[in-house]
Amino acid sequence: MDFATLLQMLDATLRLATPLLLACLAGLYSERAGIFDIGLEGKMLAAAFLSAAIASVTGNVWLGLLAGIGASMALSIVHGLASITFRGNQLISGVAINFLAAGLTVVVAQSWFSQGGRTPQLSGDARFEPITLPFAEQLRDVPLLGQVYYELISGHTILVYLALLLVPVTWWVLYRTRFGLRLRAVGENPAAVDTAGVSVVGLRFAAVAICGVLCGIAGAYLATALQAGFTKDMSAGRGYIALAALIFAKWRPWYALSSCILFGFLQAMALRSDVVEEVIGFALNGQLLDVLPFILVVVLTGFVGKATGPKAGGQAYVKER
Amino acid sequence: MDAMPKWADVILIPVISILLAAILSALVILAIGENPWAALKLMVDGALGSTYGWGYTIYYATNFIFTGLAVAIASQAKLFNIGGEGQALLGGLGVALICLYIPWPHWTIALLGAAAAAALFGAAWAAIPAFLQAKRGSHIVITTIMFNFIAAALLNYFLIGALKAPGMEPATAKFPEPTHLPSFQDMFNFGETTFFRGAPANVTFFVAIAACVFVWALVWRTRLGYEIRSFGESESAAKYAGINPTKIIMVTMLISGALAGMMAINNVQGEAERLVLNAAEGAGFIGIAVALMGRNHPFGVMLAALLFGFLYQGGAELALWTSIPRELIIVIQALVILFTGALDNMVRMPLERLFLSLRRA
Repeated sequence: MDFATLLQMLDATLRLATPLLLACLAGLYSERAGIFDIGLEGKMLAAAFLSAAIASVTGNVWLGLLAGIGASMALSIVHGLASITFRGNQLISGVAINFLAAGLTVVVAQSWFSQGGRTPQLSGDARFEPITLPFAEQLRDVPLLGQVYYELISGHTILVYLALLLVPVTWWVLYRTRFGLRLRAVGENPAAVDTAGVSVVGLRFAAVAICGVLCGIAGAYLATALQAGFTKDMSAGRGYIALAALIFAKWRPWYALSSCILFGFLQAMALRSDVVEEVIGFALNGQLLDVLPFILVVVLTGFVGKATGPKAGGQAYVKER
Repeated sequence: MDAMPKWADVILIPVISILLAAILSALVILAIGENPWAALKLMVDGALGSTYGWGYTIYYATNFIFTGLAVAIASQAKLFNIGGEGQALLGGLGVALICLYIPWPHWTIALLGAAAAAALFGAAWAAIPAFLQAKRGSHIVITTIMFNFIAAALLNYFLIGALKAPGMEPATAKFPEPTHLPSFQDMFNFGETTFFRGAPANVTFFVAIAACVFVWALVWRTRLGYEIRSFGESESAAKYAGINPTKIIMVTMLISGALAGMMAINNVQGEAERLVLNAAEGAGFIGIAVALMGRNHPFGVMLAALLFGFLYQGGAELALWTSIPRELIIVIQALVILFTGALDNMVRMPLERLFLSLRRA
């Protein structure tokens, strides 16, 4: 494998890690506040559909992004109502949301576009275009650093940079602001937060809303940046891989970045099985690579290590009378 | 004292939840420009209007009884087994191996052998998540979800590799003739009039009914069932009473996985008579809706499975005759899970208030 191929692989890793990272951070806010969210997948899918649909109708990708966030938020509100207001089972609510999105996207896509459950192909302003960072062209021929800058760092859509930026932002919000402290507290010991006079319900809804926004961006990225349009079930388990990454990262932002990059790299490997075969000398089964994140998480956080989530995760808060 | 009489809890709440889900589904159909009433009539006609339709409805219901029971028994111990899909896929692998490589003399023995293999493979697939939950504190919901993906990849691997029959399709060879299970068409053939012609319902339906009775007896008539229910009600109280949590988690999940796996004698041995890709077709997930709707009781599971069998067959007819895609059924399934599962309190709280005020009056 030459250097150019390696750069290509890493470039693909970054592109494929972005939706995972956005969804993983989304889950991080929600689960840190004590709300399990296995509905990441569904929210991404709904956002992917609506963003592609609106972008294709209006020709404006930013309107598409907004619509995607809206779709994801709507499902987040359902999740919030079910798991916070009505103290229902958060896991069951997540399952319902995943199916709701899987079904509704196809039913509505068929009704709007009659293309067998997909949206029309997006092009031009209806898609996020790659951005060339300053001086990338000029530095292109500088060996090593210039190549890395041009091939790997430059030339991504704005959402990739946004996702990367969100990692330090999330760290800062969680560990350096009052809101973050309360958010983490409400996931560990909601009664203490309540005693301090801070609204548990309000904090949890805020966390679920942030989760909705991030999943919306993740979904919009899938349909308007990574690919050009919505296709049935296009989230393809990414919501679950993001969940796996979240556990792998033990619910911490910087580790979330590294585990998403790792899982993104595995996906890039699955796409370039020819390169993998060349390097390791034998063909790896593509199916196996697809589920390797899950196997890794089961083995490493199940058998070898241990990953314990926020203490109050999954439990509805009931004020004692 | 309970706020509500038992009948309200068992019948009224599910009925209201299903009505809510039905109303929203009707709104979805309206929104995409179709007539909900006509759609319902088409569904009833397609699923219940002929013995052929019934044959399909019962066939689907058989799948859902197994997966519904699997979710229901796990729920009795407050474990959420979301991995029915993967367990059913593995069950299919077990059935395929046993049907292909053992020369069975007669279908009755083949059925026993296949059921045992399906149960064994399904249980084995549930065993690892159960162990991790019991001993290592990994969340069973997350591990069973992951095991669904791993199961699908594993089956893919076998079906394009070791088990693939010659030809283009990623599927095993057809099972030998003696493993053929009598279909309803074989059983209800009276000379000139043949009922259930061409429908896949088969003898497995009676196995499913037997499984309902088995689960009922196990949960409410045995010591193990009592321990499972106590553990589900309160883990700490169960521990105090000398019930071993590890044992309950393991045993419950093994039974649950075995039930989900046994679905494969219906869809793999009974219908396809070979193993194909994605053989479970989402039935594992429908088990969640079925168990929620059936209130985790075998009788409720059976009724809910029949309802979903009707929805599945009706939905297929709908997709055939109108522009409404099959995915509408997934929407309905999601709404049922949402209203009977997650938003249960939305219906329950006002009803409880109503009953309390009635009692005071």
